[in-house]
Amino acid sequence: MSRNRQWKWSNLYLIAVFAVLYAPILYLVYYSFNSGGTMHGYDGFTLEWYGEVFSDTRLLIIVLNTFVVALFSSAISTALGVIGALAIHRVRRLQAKNALLSLNNVLIVNPDVVIGASFLILFTMIGLKLGFGSVLISHIAFSVPIVVLMVLPKLQEMNPALIDAARDLGANSWDVLSKVVLPFIRPGIFAGFFMALTYSLDDFAVTFFVTGNGFSTLSVEIYSRARQGVALSINALSTLLFLFTILLVVGYYLINRRHNGKITEAGARP
Amino acid sequence: MKQIVRLFASVIIAAFALMYLTSYLNSEQGYTGGNTLTIYNWGDYIDEELIAKFEEETGVKVIYQTFDSNEAMLTKIAQGGTTYDIAVPSDYAISKMREEDLLLPIDKSKIPNLQYIDPKFMNLSFDPDNEYSVPYFWGTVGIVFNPELVDGKTFESWEDLWSPDLRNDILLVDSAREVIGMGLNSLGYSLNDTNEDHLQEALKKLNQLTPNVKALVGDEIKMLLANEEAAVGLVWSGDAAEILDENDKLDFVVPKEGSNVWFDNMVIPKTANNLEAAHQFINFMLDPENAAQNAEYVGYATPNSEALKLLPEDISGDERFYPPSEVTDKLEVYDNLGKKMLAHYNELFLEFKMHSK
Amino acid sequence: MKTRTRNAYLIPYVAWIVLFVVAPIVLIVYYSFQDIEGNWSLANYKHFFTPVYLNMTLSSFWYALLITLFSLLVAYPTAYLLTKAKHKRLWLLLIILPSWVNLLLKAYAFIGLFGTYGFANGFLEAMGLGRQQILFTDFSFVFVSVYIFIPFMLLPIFNALEEMNPSLIQASRDLGASAWTTFRRVVFPLTIDGVKSGCQAVFIPSLSLFMITRLIAGNRVITLGTAIEQHFLVTQDWGMGATIAVFLVLVMAVIMIVTGQRRKGARV
Repeated sequence: MSRNRQWKWSNLYLIAVFAVLYAPILYLVYYSFNSGGTMHGYDGFTLEWYGEVFSDTRLLIIVLNTFVVALFSSAISTALGVIGALAIHRVRRLQAKNALLSLNNVLIVNPDVVIGASFLILFTMIGLKLGFGSVLISHIAFSVPIVVLMVLPKLQEMNPALIDAARDLGANSWDVLSKVVLPFIRPGIFAGFFMALTYSLDDFAVTFFVTGNGFSTLSVEIYSRARQGVALSINALSTLLFLFTILLVVGYYLINRRHNGKITEAGARP
Repeated sequence: MKQIVRLFASVIIAAFALMYLTSYLNSEQGYTGGNTLTIYNWGDYIDEELIAKFEEETGVKVIYQTFDSNEAMLTKIAQGGTTYDIAVPSDYAISKMREEDLLLPIDKSKIPNLQYIDPKFMNLSFDPDNEYSVPYFWGTVGIVFNPELVDGKTFESWEDLWSPDLRNDILLVDSAREVIGMGLNSLGYSLNDTNEDHLQEALKKLNQLTPNVKALVGDEIKMLLANEEAAVGLVWSGDAAEILDENDKLDFVVPKEGSNVWFDNMVIPKTANNLEAAHQFINFMLDPENAAQNAEYVGYATPNSEALKLLPEDISGDERFYPPSEVTDKLEVYDNLGKKMLAHYNELFLEFKMHSK
Repeated sequence: MKTRTRNAYLIPYVAWIVLFVVAPIVLIVYYSFQDIEGNWSLANYKHFFTPVYLNMTLSSFWYALLITLFSLLVAYPTAYLLTKAKHKRLWLLLIILPSWVNLLLKAYAFIGLFGTYGFANGFLEAMGLGRQQILFTDFSFVFVSVYIFIPFMLLPIFNALEEMNPSLIQASRDLGASAWTTFRRVVFPLTIDGVKSGCQAVFIPSLSLFMITRLIAGNRVITLGTAIEQHFLVTQDWGMGATIAVFLVLVMAVIMIVTGQRRKGARV
């Protein structure tokens, strides 16, 4: 009986945590149906704001821009980050390793404003035009370290004997990498990719500095529209994006699980 | 390995597909053609219908981008990697841009509508002869208050804010010159005072205000005051007009000791691409009918005397937002105090904020 | 052969470090030695050691400490319970998901929830406690910051718990240890690395929080990040902003070295 009660308490705790985590989001969703036009005082149900989202081509272009930058930057920074993690992992001298790691972490801990400002100075010195290119490069730059941090622990967990065994069996270094190392660190790579995606979608301050010439991402646009109090079409848009990501996450989880199931099954068979 | 490759392939393919879609939408909207005009303005500081009208009349496609502070705009334009054709900075920022050689002179022969601007808004200290700038809007700084929440208390003087009845009731804009200026004004000093003793005195006075200050906020101040989250606020007149529009219980005053009067003017940055369209646009916005429509939408005061005549009486006759000359005589324009003094103002402001706790 | 492959990996990574880490640091250090008129001087550093900035640094550390502590208190049990749940990976993803919604929008939602007439006050009133000022207080600031940082604290702890060998707990229970003793003597020490990296991931960024210091705390809390933002964007005193940034980078380095060395010691 006491075990039963414990189970209930722990569930209650988790429910409370989830309730708090989702409360502001439900708040946004709730007011996206408000015909009153503000996030204060609910007047009645309307779908007007959803219609507005789809008729606002500029907003749609900005959403697409945001995703293009997020996808490209997270893919490229994942590749770079994996290379970086491999590089750090192979460095034998502890001091050099620590130095590389500290440099790696500088961008994570630096305030976004400083990163944005210093990138702006940098691009000015190089003479790069502000816009899609400068935003993409900055997003890649600040996503690389987080990928490194996600992948490195997996590399360290890997038993070096595994690689030696593969080599003894006549595998060349490409084989070792693609057939032994990469599959082993796959969870780290995926985690890194998703973190990079999160960083890129979320970023406001860095993009704010390095964008220009009419190019804009969603968070910058929301910031500049917020002067009037947030328009409810932004709520509607966020609701749609949120539902989309939930579908994506759940779908990804289900596919992945089925797939993994297959792999273990196949592996189990001799 | 296969899974990794698959993930990457789908990501890259999706990204390219989205990119194609974007460029399709862009070209369909005309954003990629040659005849575009890039405007860099404050957020929600124009009636979007006017942009559509301008596009229709001239065939120029407008790209509208926004900034949230003069400083952010200055940084972007000084950087040089941007091609804005029109920007709308405030007075002191214009004199800074002039100093740093970031502006192109305006060809007045292309702007016949300049004749409608009230001469008292021309030829001001930040841009003598209006060589580089054309007035867009102007306004003041004052106090918004909610008579219900302050038990009928009235606000004629800055001094009224220091009343012990207002504990935790006041919202201030998060802006150094407005808040320090309020301190200076309440002591009878100029907004542009650089005397260290006066400034310290103002800081001391402001520190006494801290029990009454609920928060220092940005643009949210409009929402917070309209929603009756606080009873009193220090705001710009245009924001006040919007707040009063949302919640008609509230009222706005410019205190008798004087306050700030500011101007936002249209300029053409040095990096502009489409000079022809930029002049066309400035002229378009000065057309009395368009200026009136814009003023009605934005809520700030228009410097266009013909447009003023077109506005309904309850707007143009509202002395809170179009103050008579005996009030405007007491108002001061912010001088460009120079970087060092400005940094000092901000330092004092920071000290005031730290004292808030 | 081995050295050649090692170098090949290092080339793109070191190129990235030089361009986007070293170059910006050099620029920041360079700016920190320039006063507002662009002359070389130590004025910024002298200025940093005046009471205003020292106070700010202290209060910034204090709030970061509070935020880290509360994040840990909330995240640890959550992570622990999650590892016991069915579909735990899915739940984990669902915990991360809210961080994909724009922060500014969430901040506005919190303004609504915490406002005088908001949901939280309605709840308090229904409980008979009456309306309180929640918005623009230390409480709301710490609450929202913890809200933002929960996933960063939770992920490493979750991973550490997952890697722990469950038979150890079994063994401890079999030896007659109570649940609390098992947790204190076995579970917690085994997950200390996860806790450490979680604390790192929360403490350092919370020194440089901005935007919510204004939206949620009404500028009653000033963090180092707020000051940097002000100096770069408003005052345009890039030198002073850069000086604070240099200080933050140093703090980060010290924290990394201290926690890193301890970990090294533990391994040996």
